[in-house]
Amino acid sequence: MRKPLTGAEAVAEAMRQLKPDVVVAYPITPQTPIVEKFAEFVANGVVNTEMIPVESEHSALSAVVGASAAGVRAMTATSSVGLALMWEVVNAASGLGLPIVMNVANRALSAPINIHCDHSDSMGCRDAGWVQIYCEDGQEAYDFTILATKLAESVSVPVMVMQDGFITSHSVEPVDLLEDSKVEGFAGKYRNTNGLLGDNPQSVGPFSLPNSFFEFKVRQEQRMERVKGLFISIGKELEKLTGRAYGFFEEYMLKDAEAVIVTMSSTAGTAKAVVDRMRKEGQKVGLLKVNLFRPFPYREIGEALKNAKSIAVLDRSFSFGANSPLHGEIKNSLCGGNMKIHGSVFGLGGRDMFEKDIKRVFQVLLAGREPERFIGAKA
Amino acid sequence: MSDQKFTSEHSLCQGCAVPIIVNSILNATDKQVVVGIATGCLEVASTQYPGGAWKVPFIHSLFENVAPTMAGVEAAYKALRKEGLKKEIKFIAFAGDGATYDIGLQAFSGMLERGHDILYVCYDNEGYMNTGNQRSGATPHGANTTTQPAGKESYGKTQQRKNIMEIVAAHSIPYAAQASTADIPDLMRKAKKALEMKGPKFLNVLSPCITNWKYDPKETVNVIRLAVETRFWPLYEVENGKYTINYEPKQNVPIEEFLKLQKRFAHLFKPENRHAITELQANIDREWERLNRRVD
Repeated sequence: MRKPLTGAEAVAEAMRQLKPDVVVAYPITPQTPIVEKFAEFVANGVVNTEMIPVESEHSALSAVVGASAAGVRAMTATSSVGLALMWEVVNAASGLGLPIVMNVANRALSAPINIHCDHSDSMGCRDAGWVQIYCEDGQEAYDFTILATKLAESVSVPVMVMQDGFITSHSVEPVDLLEDSKVEGFAGKYRNTNGLLGDNPQSVGPFSLPNSFFEFKVRQEQRMERVKGLFISIGKELEKLTGRAYGFFEEYMLKDAEAVIVTMSSTAGTAKAVVDRMRKEGQKVGLLKVNLFRPFPYREIGEALKNAKSIAVLDRSFSFGANSPLHGEIKNSLCGGNMKIHGSVFGLGGRDMFEKDIKRVFQVLLAGREPERFIGAKA
Repeated sequence: MSDQKFTSEHSLCQGCAVPIIVNSILNATDKQVVVGIATGCLEVASTQYPGGAWKVPFIHSLFENVAPTMAGVEAAYKALRKEGLKKEIKFIAFAGDGATYDIGLQAFSGMLERGHDILYVCYDNEGYMNTGNQRSGATPHGANTTTQPAGKESYGKTQQRKNIMEIVAAHSIPYAAQASTADIPDLMRKAKKALEMKGPKFLNVLSPCITNWKYDPKETVNVIRLAVETRFWPLYEVENGKYTINYEPKQNVPIEEFLKLQKRFAHLFKPENRHAITELQANIDREWERLNRRVD
């Protein structure tokens, strides 16, 4: 069924269909409409979920950790400084191997305070042991929330699903929803019999000394290494229901492209429009949109980009004093290659990225020059 | 109880009151329990992988979040009950005073305000004892700690401790009580009563720390007893807003009797610091009067 929905509503619909046993809510712009919409479902008996409206994001994710460790499906959503406040718990959740799904409506980190989109929040915890999936639009946010739930529960790794704050979370677009029964059939019900409330309960979170800690972390890494394979197989299963394919990334007019932009999230949509227009003019331009950022598909991306002559990686966050997060990963994917790989930062704190900005990046690449380091920033 | 829920496979200090507190509370119910533990002495000394003292399931994740973590477990339980789970489970959170009075206070308050069916137990050893005697909001006036030490220009902690019982009682929860290992039957009675009530419950239990309060092990019983006799640690309960003092000391025992057994207060007996004892005594008297005014 196709419905006009905001990205936030699309995620709330996915959550409704996934029937989490526990949802924990704390408001933060621009995530808030996700948990508000879900709270409406609870208030009207549409879902049977236990909802806890807590007093901070730190407690939000802590309560989700407790519920997930108890052995049931538990979710929350956050943004920006809320995610930063959670950071300690973000690491605890992955260290405990809990299959939590958390939607993030990306927003800039303070200071200065700003409520609009960039990726500094989720990029700030890219090494925290969560799978990270970045979505272009409401449809992807919906689809990937469903995929993420099955993925998390298959491998005991938590998953963060990102959409661009306001740009996606508050914009209405048509979203194809699956029938409730199809989502139920796909994702099933999650019950961990070894959870704290299970029939064979196991304690969670012992104190680990140097003689055991390393092994805990190696096992955590090994779980993460299983994610790519499961992402593909679960994605194929979901594709049978939706007719849409789910890769680590999307290649758009990439095969013969000489000038390539690599980016993520809603800006990829803008870039596609530019690619279409420039292709009509006969220019060999293409796009690679990364969906799966953790674990990062180095080999596959390296393969997909091997014929590009020059690449501009457009990041929506800094890694101050280092290559920006996506730029660094693309360089790693292509080490040994001969193409030029430029990195630019754009769109911080909700600064708009227009088609003309992206077109200019392509033109500069085609002319053999470097794009601006800070696209759209005033001199 | 036939099955021991908390065994001796822990590394808590000799003479530590924490195992007595934990056992007294766990043994106050025959129901299945799930325990939450905040980072602290109890957690470090009893949950070591792959062994540990616990024969009931526990969860530990962080320092300041045992209340919301257990709220999540309790919410999961409610969800499972709705679909027919039959077994009755009691939820107990254990945390020290650092986790309760200080870093976890907001999260603890949230748990109380939302009404989760959890017994929250603070084993109050009056500071960050696990990490070597740092000052907390529970540390008494004048105590010598490593982060507010006594020295040429300092007599130790210059502030009075926080009254966590009043903070908790202000949430109008069903039950809050202060107890101590000076009177274990009283502690067990309070734990039993709390565990039979629905909603959030709080026990604040004085937990003398032999290592950092620095007293002669043979004085353990005296230290605990004098905390109560000097009215430094009144035994009382607040049940649905009704205050009851469970033990009225027969005579006015001055606080010096409690202080002089512990090296953390030794500097207060120097002439230049004696004012701190007077201030501490005045605060104890004020708090005792306030408590008595609460009792109708």
